[in-house]
Amino acid sequence: MKAFKQINGLVCPLDRANVDTDAIIPKQFLKSIKRTGFGPYLFDEWRYADHGEPGMDCSHRPLRQEFVLNLPRYKGAQILLTRDNFGCGSSREHAPWAIEDYGFQVIIAPSFADIFFNNCYKNGILPIVLPAAMVDRLFAECAANEGYRLSVDLESQKITFPSGESLGFDIQPHRKHCLLNGLDEIGLTLQHADEIKVFESRHKAVQPWLFA
Amino acid sequence: MAGKTLYDKLWESHVVREESDGTCLLYIDRHLIHEVTSAQAFEGMRLAGRKAWRAASIVANPDHNTPTDHWDEGIKDPISRLQVETLDANIKDFGALVYFPFKHANQGIIHVIGPENGTTLPGTTVVCGDSHTSTHGAFGALAHGIGTSEVEHVLATQTLVAKRSQRMLVKVEGQLGKEVTAKDVALAIIGKIGTAGGNGYAIEFGGSAIRGLSMEGRMTLCNMTIEAGARAGLVAPDEKTVEYLKGRTYAPKGADWDKAVAYWSTLKSDPDAKFDAVVELDAARIEPQVTWGTSPEQVLPVGARVPNPANEPDLQKRTGIERALQYMGLAADTPISEIKVDKVFIGSCTNSRIEDLRAAAKVVKGRKKAAGVKLVLVVPGSGIVKRQAEDEGLDKVFVEAGFEWREPGCSMCLAMNADRLEPGERCASTSNRNFEGRQGAGGRTHLVSPAMAAAAAIAGHFVDIRNQF
Ligand code: SF4
Repeated sequence: MKAFKQINGLVCPLDRANVDTDAIIPKQFLKSIKRTGFGPYLFDEWRYADHGEPGMDCSHRPLRQEFVLNLPRYKGAQILLTRDNFGCGSSREHAPWAIEDYGFQVIIAPSFADIFFNNCYKNGILPIVLPAAMVDRLFAECAANEGYRLSVDLESQKITFPSGESLGFDIQPHRKHCLLNGLDEIGLTLQHADEIKVFESRHKAVQPWLFA
Repeated sequence: MAGKTLYDKLWESHVVREESDGTCLLYIDRHLIHEVTSAQAFEGMRLAGRKAWRAASIVANPDHNTPTDHWDEGIKDPISRLQVETLDANIKDFGALVYFPFKHANQGIIHVIGPENGTTLPGTTVVCGDSHTSTHGAFGALAHGIGTSEVEHVLATQTLVAKRSQRMLVKVEGQLGKEVTAKDVALAIIGKIGTAGGNGYAIEFGGSAIRGLSMEGRMTLCNMTIEAGARAGLVAPDEKTVEYLKGRTYAPKGADWDKAVAYWSTLKSDPDAKFDAVVELDAARIEPQVTWGTSPEQVLPVGARVPNPANEPDLQKRTGIERALQYMGLAADTPISEIKVDKVFIGSCTNSRIEDLRAAAKVVKGRKKAAGVKLVLVVPGSGIVKRQAEDEGLDKVFVEAGFEWREPGCSMCLAMNADRLEPGERCASTSNRNFEGRQGAGGRTHLVSPAMAAAAAIAGHFVDIRNQF
């Protein structure tokens, strides 16, 4: 996994609550057996005026000009600012794959859906939960200032505003450690293989039928 | 010291190790696998040269991409076919306890086949790269969806890195009204707490109305837990659970059975257990539900009218209502019973078990689909459900009414195969998600119970089945 340390990135505001993973990456793209190449299809139905199919060359597709990702001022954004319950619905990891492949590294919202939130960390994306009032303020500042950027530093768990003002955010220590170092979680877990084996034999004694 | 909740008992009996920040390594008993979220995980395993830790924990089956008719012609879409063949190859290489390839007599939706084969058992941990894994909580199993990276993690280590959830108790006391089903209870709960209401929680369902539900009903309810934002839903096992499991292929046998039943009887929340949140509903007040919008929380009783955004003071909610009405092609204040449907879908891991098909058939028997309804798909959840329904003659009831009786699979729940809505088409669906485009780009979904879906197919519009049929 790619490590995440810090960025200073352009912010793109997606002003909708309950954005579901079907909207983030529609089902037809789930037929791929690869992990990469989903970026061009991120938010496919909102982004393009035609119907997208896997393998399509997106550079010639008609755009829905008004959709925020298509506005020139947000081109190259690395921070996605959005609303409550982002990433709800299906557990598809294709959603963070698409977000990461598009170029977003940080998502800021008042709340996230659990499975999606978890999936972000596995793909080097930092999801940040901020109070709703703070998210409102970011939306307002972002709308008012073209080229609005934020600095996000994972080590110190701080977001710095263009004004120089800064704000802390929470993250579980284990997740922070993995993200900062780009650690392969499987490798980490397998360091405890003996403990898993010990557990397994104890478990087998209690519920032998699971191992029949 | 306060007693323990069922969730805590399940959690604690699976902790391999715990970090100082509460992050745990949780042992996984059952790993369900389907074709859409597993290919990349197996590929990762191969690249790292890893073997499955315990292949005998794997229950696998393709379901999302498989067609529901003309099985003799195979899977026509080459991309879907490749995904299904990739699963075949992966299971062949890595092994499994149960694998039903495409066209196997017992193949079906993964969340239907786990329980019916007795691989889903009380006291187990069950994961799958699929959010509706919450279904298996109906058995008192700690079951939830995971992402593909986690699928790989479980394959390689038999564990999951996880943190304990908060516990919520949703208590439904009293007697459900006539024709009010588990689906209506689920939708009413989501309507009450919202689609984010369960974020961060594992929900235990309790109360006399829940105990009164059949295992099928409990599965429907736990299935929809994820639509309330909670990854896991739970119902404590009881005699109905034991009765359901007895004799199933992978259920314990002989002395193990007695030992298992004794163990399962300990799996309930202690009387003095503390929950972080409690939500109560009065069963008698729950009516047949219909969603009107593009989120499962946008739901109302069938007798209501769709909301008017002008009455919503909160700006964000108002915009949400306006956007949903526009997408759904509905005018504010339209009575739900006047909404006409183009297609009807009876199926999905929410409502495709035998009891669901019986409830739909009861409404349909001796009647015909309305002329204005273009297509009614009835898609059983598994080969076993299909054969049982045919033994009971339910297929004939559907076919005589002008419905289509199909082969098992996910079908129009998410429209990855050929079964889908065309832009602008409106569907009464027994599935679990009414998101934009879920059943086909531009399609409009109204979530209902099987009996309500069947009634809409006959009448051509939504009806209150308590008054008609
Ligand atoms: S029936 Fe629908 S919700 Fe259930 S597993 Fe299949 S696609 Fe997912």
